[in-house]
Amino acid sequence: MRLGDVLRFAGGALRGHRLRTCFSLLGVAIGVASVILLTSLGEGAREYITGEFTSLGSNLLIVVPGKTETAGFAPLVSTAPHDLTEADAEALGRRIAAIRRVAPLVVGTAAARAGERSREVTVVGTTRPLLEIRKLKLASGRFLPADMPEAAVCVLGARVQRELFPGENPLGQVVRIGDWRFRVIGVIAPRGTSIGMDLDEVVEIPVATGLRLFNRTSLFRILAEVGSHEDLASARAAVLEVLRERHGGQDDVTVLTQDSVLAAFDRILMALTAALAGIAAISLGVAGLGIMNLMLVSVTERTREIGLMKAIGATPAQVVGVFLIEAAMVSTAGGVAGLLAGVGAGQLLQQIYVELPFRPPGWAGPAALGVSCAVGLLFGILPARNAARLDPVVALARRKA
Amino acid sequence: MIQLAGVSRTYVVGGSPVHALKGVDLAIGAGEYVSIMGPSGSGKSTLLHLLGCLDRPNAGSYRFGEAETTTMTEAERCRLRRHQIGFVFQFFHLVPRLTAVGNVELPMIFAGMPPGERTERAWQALEGVGLGARAGHRPDQLSGGEQQRVAIARAVAMRPSLLLADEPTGNLDRTSGSEIVGLMERMNQSGLTLIVVTHDPQVGGRARRRVRLSDGLIVADERHGAGGPSSAASAATV
Ligand SMILES: Nc1ncnc2c1ncn2[C@@H]1O[C@H](COP(=O)(O)OP(=O)(O)O)[C@@H](O)[C@H]1O
Ligand SMILES: [Mg+2]
Repeated sequence: MRLGDVLRFAGGALRGHRLRTCFSLLGVAIGVASVILLTSLGEGAREYITGEFTSLGSNLLIVVPGKTETAGFAPLVSTAPHDLTEADAEALGRRIAAIRRVAPLVVGTAAARAGERSREVTVVGTTRPLLEIRKLKLASGRFLPADMPEAAVCVLGARVQRELFPGENPLGQVVRIGDWRFRVIGVIAPRGTSIGMDLDEVVEIPVATGLRLFNRTSLFRILAEVGSHEDLASARAAVLEVLRERHGGQDDVTVLTQDSVLAAFDRILMALTAALAGIAAISLGVAGLGIMNLMLVSVTERTREIGLMKAIGATPAQVVGVFLIEAAMVSTAGGVAGLLAGVGAGQLLQQIYVELPFRPPGWAGPAALGVSCAVGLLFGILPARNAARLDPVVALARRKA
Repeated sequence: MIQLAGVSRTYVVGGSPVHALKGVDLAIGAGEYVSIMGPSGSGKSTLLHLLGCLDRPNAGSYRFGEAETTTMTEAERCRLRRHQIGFVFQFFHLVPRLTAVGNVELPMIFAGMPPGERTERAWQALEGVGLGARAGHRPDQLSGGEQQRVAIARAVAMRPSLLLADEPTGNLDRTSGSEIVGLMERMNQSGLTLIVVTHDPQVGGRARRRVRLSDGLIVADERHGAGGPSSAASAATV
């Protein structure tokens, strides 16, 4: 039996009950479209976050107090570390040639008030090099001074400025943060969400002031920018070496690279995409049951035809083949429809929600076709075997149906 | 050509056995024209299905040509049906969505015949049954007699050596029934072995050899000359 003939024969049978065929096809189409949409979302999110990380600069070392055994995300188990201090940060910049810039960080939240208005802000105590390291742009004024780590001055994020000083020039005005009074010296240009914190919601103050404001002795983090990516590994070793020496021979810090953080995020987001695809795949399974039902009904309706096929010399394998191809045709057509609908809906959503990252992964197309075809074949097996097992004598004895 | 020896077929219905055939011996030579008659339930259809390798006997031997069919695999029996045997049924069993020519092509499709040769043969077969002009019609656009002629064209399209018909006139009026039998007789005259199951004495009486079944056993096996006494008898009753 020739493939072209099988396809034509199966197609003719399907046209015999168009409505039923269309519903089963629709089931597969919905399943495939939802897989495409959800994986597009997951993949888009992954690419977005990867892009954000890359824009931070791939030459960054992040020093975190405490030691973790696994090269994880952030240290979970700490071994009573020495404080990570401004002096440590300063020593890194001074003693390691490969390190171009260093910014210590201390982070906390506090209520900020200006006149009648107040809001909760994230306060970052840091130094001037943060401006270059995080590639921040000033909307007005200047950033933290390089030489006055204890000054009571602050730089506002764009939204903080908008909410505390709507329609006013905040430069030179006073903001109360906690119990302290800070003079505003600059405003950061709006930038939107970035990894870790929303920079528009942040207020930057000098690092020593920050430590005192939050009553801390240890830094939250030290960011160190290395001159070139090739020096990253050696600089990382040098950082560990310098801090071991400064902390009395104890290895009590963790140094993360952007690469390791990025890899961790990448793993999490791939798992997320896979989970979304898995949820959507359930609907494909349901669609498969729809196809199985379609084919079971078809086999029952065409009992006489199957008996006849056998009487005129169709082998059981040919009968199985005809019904499997029929099931696969429905599901593959559904797969094509679902692929088009999924990609189309994705593009439509992209038009409406410009910020939402939608990107169907490259494998989506071939996978949709392959999987939908496989669904038809898999769920077609039972009906096709039922057909092949029909006793031709009994089948032909039927007057109708 | 055909040799049955001690063939029996037993169905189990609701736990108790029904003996449809109880040890049938029958030999049929190539080119013979045989009718199988008998009351309803006597085992005629069962015998025809066994002859057509659609069913297997519970006991006994069935030789087709040189080959013993009872030990064949399902695939071998399929091949035998495909190339050697044509069936005509009481209810035509045409595929309703296919045209006349599409129905006639079906056995050749399963045999894997190339489309060009296949279509040509199908047209020839349809012209052979006088339906060349209706080749593009679907079964529901054809009369009963025409449908049965399409079925005959389909049965002979693969050029089998044996044509089996189970009550071929059972669903037709007398005129078209007679035409159908005449058509099959012409094919028999050009060498095709013909076996017709019928409970209609007028149809059965036209055969040169008449086998009578009763309660699963052959009770009579008569041979008559062509156009023998039965055709005279049927002419008298009309
Ligand atoms: N598939 C079957 N299952 C059970 N009994 C059957 C089956 N086919 C035929 N029979 C029984 O076998 C006997 C012979 O049937 P059949 O060959 O169809 O008779 P006929 O064609 O002469 O009317 C009947 O008693 C019938 O009930
Ligand atoms: Mg019968």
